[in-house]
Amino acid sequence: MSKPLTPPNRKNPLRKTPAPLSPQGIRSRTAHGLTAAAAEGRFALQVCADCGAIVYPPRDACPVCLSARLPYRDTADGGTLVAETTVRVSTDSYFREHLPWRVGTVKLDAGPVLVAHLHDDAREGARVRLALKLDKSGAPVVLALPAQETENMQDDPQLRELTCDPKFRRVLITDGRTAVGQSMAKAFSDAGAAIVFVGLADQWKPFPGMDALRAIERVEIVPLDVTDTESVTEQAQQNGGRIDIVVNTAEHIRPGGIVDRQGLTVARTEIDVRYLGLLRLAQAFGPAMRARGADGVNSATAFVNLLSVYALMNWPSYGAYAAVEAACLSAAQAMRAELRPGGVKVVNVFFGPLETEWFQAVPPPKVAPSRLASAVIGALRQGLEDAFVGEVAQDVRARLAVNPKALERELSG
Amino acid sequence: MADRKSYDGVAVCAPVTIPYRRFSTNSAHWWIGRALRALTRQAGLRPKDIDGLSVSSFTVGPDTAIGLTQHFGLAPRWLDHVPLGGASGVVALRRAARAVQAGDADFVACVAGDTNHVDSFRRTLSTFSRFAQDAVYPYASGGANASFALITKNYMNTYGARREDFAKICVAQRDNALGFPFALMKTRLTLDDYMSARPVCDPIHLYDCVMPCAGAEAFLVCREEAARSLGLAGVRVLSTIERHNAFADDPIQIRGGWALDVAEFWAMAGIGPDDVDLLETYDDYPVISMMQFEDLGFCQKGEGPDFVRSHTLTNGGSFPHNTCGGQLSVGQAGAAGGYLGLVEAIRQLTGQPLGGAVQDARIAVVSGFGMINFDRGLASGAAALARSA
Repeated sequence: MSKPLTPPNRKNPLRKTPAPLSPQGIRSRTAHGLTAAAAEGRFALQVCADCGAIVYPPRDACPVCLSARLPYRDTADGGTLVAETTVRVSTDSYFREHLPWRVGTVKLDAGPVLVAHLHDDAREGARVRLALKLDKSGAPVVLALPAQETENMQDDPQLRELTCDPKFRRVLITDGRTAVGQSMAKAFSDAGAAIVFVGLADQWKPFPGMDALRAIERVEIVPLDVTDTESVTEQAQQNGGRIDIVVNTAEHIRPGGIVDRQGLTVARTEIDVRYLGLLRLAQAFGPAMRARGADGVNSATAFVNLLSVYALMNWPSYGAYAAVEAACLSAAQAMRAELRPGGVKVVNVFFGPLETEWFQAVPPPKVAPSRLASAVIGALRQGLEDAFVGEVAQDVRARLAVNPKALERELSG
Repeated sequence: MADRKSYDGVAVCAPVTIPYRRFSTNSAHWWIGRALRALTRQAGLRPKDIDGLSVSSFTVGPDTAIGLTQHFGLAPRWLDHVPLGGASGVVALRRAARAVQAGDADFVACVAGDTNHVDSFRRTLSTFSRFAQDAVYPYASGGANASFALITKNYMNTYGARREDFAKICVAQRDNALGFPFALMKTRLTLDDYMSARPVCDPIHLYDCVMPCAGAEAFLVCREEAARSLGLAGVRVLSTIERHNAFADDPIQIRGGWALDVAEFWAMAGIGPDDVDLLETYDDYPVISMMQFEDLGFCQKGEGPDFVRSHTLTNGGSFPHNTCGGQLSVGQAGAAGGYLGLVEAIRQLTGQPLGGAVQDARIAVVSGFGMINFDRGLASGAAALARSA
């Protein structure tokens, strides 16, 4: 049973903030198949298309039949922890700061043997299930978890190092005026966040849900307008040094395509709120977060983008909106590279039409704001980079993987 | 499978050790060059007489054996690079013996050498192999200590070995090392020292680990007549084997490739385990020595702990093992660690030991093991050597 996490003490302002270090993140190109699975929280290994052998470590030829056809496939994750060791001496600077560290040999029921990080409740000789995670370098690693859920399981230090659990962390939700922002505030409070900063522009303007928002435990309303560089900078100066997770809930959703929309006014607002808003947040909060990636239990850990799944493939009914979402997705990829040296994950949570006023005319299935919020919490707890929430988002993801051109035609129908 | 031909007519001679140093600012080229010079001096050869060269080194990069021919001014007609770590010595010997038998070369210089700069060990570990890079090093970066800790733990769980059994191997080797002038560890090791040492990767503790260092080893392979005409004392090769990536289906390593070829090994040598006067195993960790006792047929699988308990393992006692102290006492000079036991066996059998002698040593078995590519050592080899009549 894992020891429950205790809230971190107040930070001693005289002590140096430890510089974030990373484990060695170099992988072969083939091994990045594991990266793709880990990013979405799947457990996938190479499976030989000719003889069916399940293969690990990643190879370019099947060790049974020498076939070169070795696609990654989701694989059963059950196995046995054959032997374990506690590493007390390491040549790597990152691990030296985290010793002792347990690793073990796991025999997967499906065949191969893997060296894995060990959750504290994974015991020698016992059943385990394996999960792929992205470590602080962004590279994929295997973690052995106990076969059954255990008490305080999520508080295990190794698991916490590989994920972005909000517990005891301080979160900034950038816009509390939206239904999504309010659901997010509630979800983070329920998930044990230490402070939930919720940004509001023009606080004097009332809005539906305002009283309920203020009543959420540990919510602190702060002035923030993502369209105003000065406002964003001021908020970062005020609280940026203690914000561990940013969730950008700022939205500007309007129907309409490119050709048939008159003028650029709406497009400019879309770009200002979404794309430039993201840039303002990234520039104001990113550097401090990157510097605080190893700052103890409440280290900076994630920047969450809520992205329309139509960032991946344009939906002409909301064509201009989708184009701006695509710009945000591209910016997120750059941010990922820039924040990785701090061990800060950029988490993209993709959703289809929401159960909100701006998707009023769109038929179901739609995603309720509360569902989106709980998906964000789940993605952070699992340490994902990409999450797809709801049937439409998952459907687009699946179709895109098979045939992007077909998807383009289908969305225009 | 066809029977292999014998290794008759081959002499192994001119054992060379360049004294080890914990750290060195010199390059691997320097160490290998010194060993080649010592070899030619000892054998009474000119460098240009060397027409076969076999090189093993982790730190000579970006060069390989071919680059060294120009570096050293050699023009060999037979050239081998053996990147097999702890199996390098035995494998170099086996291949060189075939070259000499076939007439492809007259004098094959087999040499292994590595330097040890500050930080070169970490660099070697982090880029050791693609599987290590993808699937081992990111897991706490414990290096070989962590991999062998898992193998040791499983062996203890499976066969009931205790830390005291591994201690016996380490303590006996240290006793053997006390007379060996080049050993980096020169003070007696007690059971208490071993048991109370700090843990490194449980159940591996400090004295289970070799100390990385710089050094070089070499020997010469030629025809028996050639050795005689040079006045060199040599040893004969009764049999030798190599095997790689054996038993890939074992979920964790409990045996090495020797177990696959052990019957042929003894049949070819025309002797049995009882005829052996000294054994030099590859001792990167004591559990691997114990596996070699089993897999080479000195005892049955799983009887390693009992076998250790029933012998002194010292030069003057029963079952002399790692008679110069092995890498655990002398130090691990990279690939030269794969030569140490072989070079020591040549000295013992030719009556020129640098440390404690094994009385009337006629037959030695030398065993090699190396290359933790992913979770286990892949390369293995063994040679039975006999004093020339």
